[in-house]
Amino acid sequence: MPTLSTAEVEELKLKARKLRRDILTMIHRAGSGHPGGSLSVIDMLVFLYYRVMRINPAGYPGEERDRLVLSKGHACPALYAVLADLGFFPAEDLEQLRKIESHLQGHPDMRKTPGVEMSTGSLGQGLSVANGMALAARMDRSARQVFVILGDGEVQEGQIWEAAMTSAHYRLGHLTAFLDYNGLQIDGWCRDVKCSDPMVDKWKAFGWNVQEADGHDFASLQEALGRARSYPDSPSMIVAHTVKGKGVSFMENQVDWHGKAPSAEELEQGLAELAT
Amino acid sequence: MTEKMATRDAYGKALVELGKEQERIVVLDADLSKSTKTALFAEAFPGRFYNVGVSEADMMGTAAGLAASGYIPFASTFGVFATGRAYDQVRNSIAYTRLNVKIAATHTGLTVGEDGASHQTLEDLALMRVLPNMTVIVPADGNQARQAVRAAVRHEGPVYLRLGRPKVPQIIGEDFPFELGRGQMLNEGKDLTYITTGIMTAMALEAAEELKAQGVNASVVNIHTIKPLDESLLVQAARETGAVVTAEEHSILGGLGGAVAEVLSQECPVPLIRIGVKDSFGESGNPDALLEKYGLTARNLVQAGHAVLEKKAKCCQ
Repeated sequence: MPTLSTAEVEELKLKARKLRRDILTMIHRAGSGHPGGSLSVIDMLVFLYYRVMRINPAGYPGEERDRLVLSKGHACPALYAVLADLGFFPAEDLEQLRKIESHLQGHPDMRKTPGVEMSTGSLGQGLSVANGMALAARMDRSARQVFVILGDGEVQEGQIWEAAMTSAHYRLGHLTAFLDYNGLQIDGWCRDVKCSDPMVDKWKAFGWNVQEADGHDFASLQEALGRARSYPDSPSMIVAHTVKGKGVSFMENQVDWHGKAPSAEELEQGLAELAT
Repeated sequence: MTEKMATRDAYGKALVELGKEQERIVVLDADLSKSTKTALFAEAFPGRFYNVGVSEADMMGTAAGLAASGYIPFASTFGVFATGRAYDQVRNSIAYTRLNVKIAATHTGLTVGEDGASHQTLEDLALMRVLPNMTVIVPADGNQARQAVRAAVRHEGPVYLRLGRPKVPQIIGEDFPFELGRGQMLNEGKDLTYITTGIMTAMALEAAEELKAQGVNASVVNIHTIKPLDESLLVQAARETGAVVTAEEHSILGGLGGAVAEVLSQECPVPLIRIGVKDSFGESGNPDALLEKYGLTARNLVQAGHAVLEKKAKCCQ
């Protein structure tokens, strides 16, 4: 894959800042939600949706689109911000997040929200689903790529490792997983709650091609994906080092911001920090 | 009555037939393909068969991903694993999403036999029927299993198909149409109604014969679709006979008996006796010996028939 030019990186950064503002605003309006993980994953989503994936919001669903499963479904404000920005639905819908009759559920619902490929929320289930999508693409002799985003707390779920073996066994080279490796989960640091390290070695041992990246650096993500693409016969895991709450000073690395809405003042401060 | 056939054998054969007709049908198994009979499909269509190994939760999710991409996956394992082990995956990745996954579970109920309680699901119908969007089917014999597999494919949406291990008598003719959600009146009587599912239907027919010799006329309604339930037929049968006995190879809690009680208590309350396993786990043993010990025989149905007639006489004079 070609490296990103400085101008391209700047453009993606601007987009990510705008979407971070959308995330904070929608969670504030909803009065609940998960800002920490949404802010740690948003750069990955921007990278994938604006640089990598072949999608056509106007022609959705359309069979030949690439697929993305947000297995850590609680980070859906980030996904909703992207999908609205891409035109899957009107931006004003974001004001209805988590409200009754809204198509924007607290966790993603594929039957309600255009552009959401899979309903998630109960952790650990998305990688299996992505495997099924990748097997389908192979049977269809399609060039569809399948992406899945996992949380680092999420990989404590046993199903992730069942699925990891399936991906490797079936040599799903067109499947790429991104691990949002922010180190925090609801009850504290992952290494204190139940340590999953060494993360890279674990995925390697399960038969995956593993690359590491700075999950907030678009050039780094691009390089990692480029390296991953040179292994067509094995699934790729990109362990993306991230900061929970990234971009908002008082949320960064603070476990309390896993699942809490910012107040009006906190929103104002956050938006000021993210101003362009 | 023709020769006996296990519903799992009929399933395996039907999958191969359907596989020839529809190339979107794919099959998944979790290391039990010889027992679930999906090995027949694997042999015929190796490119459309996925063994995910001993990981039922993963199998359900993989099936969901295939369905989300337009395939019609059948996911097979023993009933206890399909429903209990993978419940959250069935709930969130299949039922909630309304994805077109067919869960075909074999080795259900006591007739698993010697493997014992860990492998004998007696709660799968209860677990599956409370899930919104789920269709729940229990064929009574091999012919019906074959029809049920076809009906499952015709139906767009998640299906739980409950199949069994042992060979069972053929009681439903090939020409008896299978309509999803419609019960089948196999025998008409005026005194009481047996409402049964799966292997208990054959026993109800036997019980009805015996009662007839004693001057009692029993209807037999086979409920092959536990959900959606044929409520109007149940109400009609209750109204016409005024007494009901349900029977299933399942716990008396939450399965067919529970479902019938829910409907009749609201729509047409009549004396009701539920035959099933009485809130206990099973155990190892020969299937017939187990059915005997846990009270799931034609003789038990005859006794229940007399008992329900007594209730009817007492409460409905």
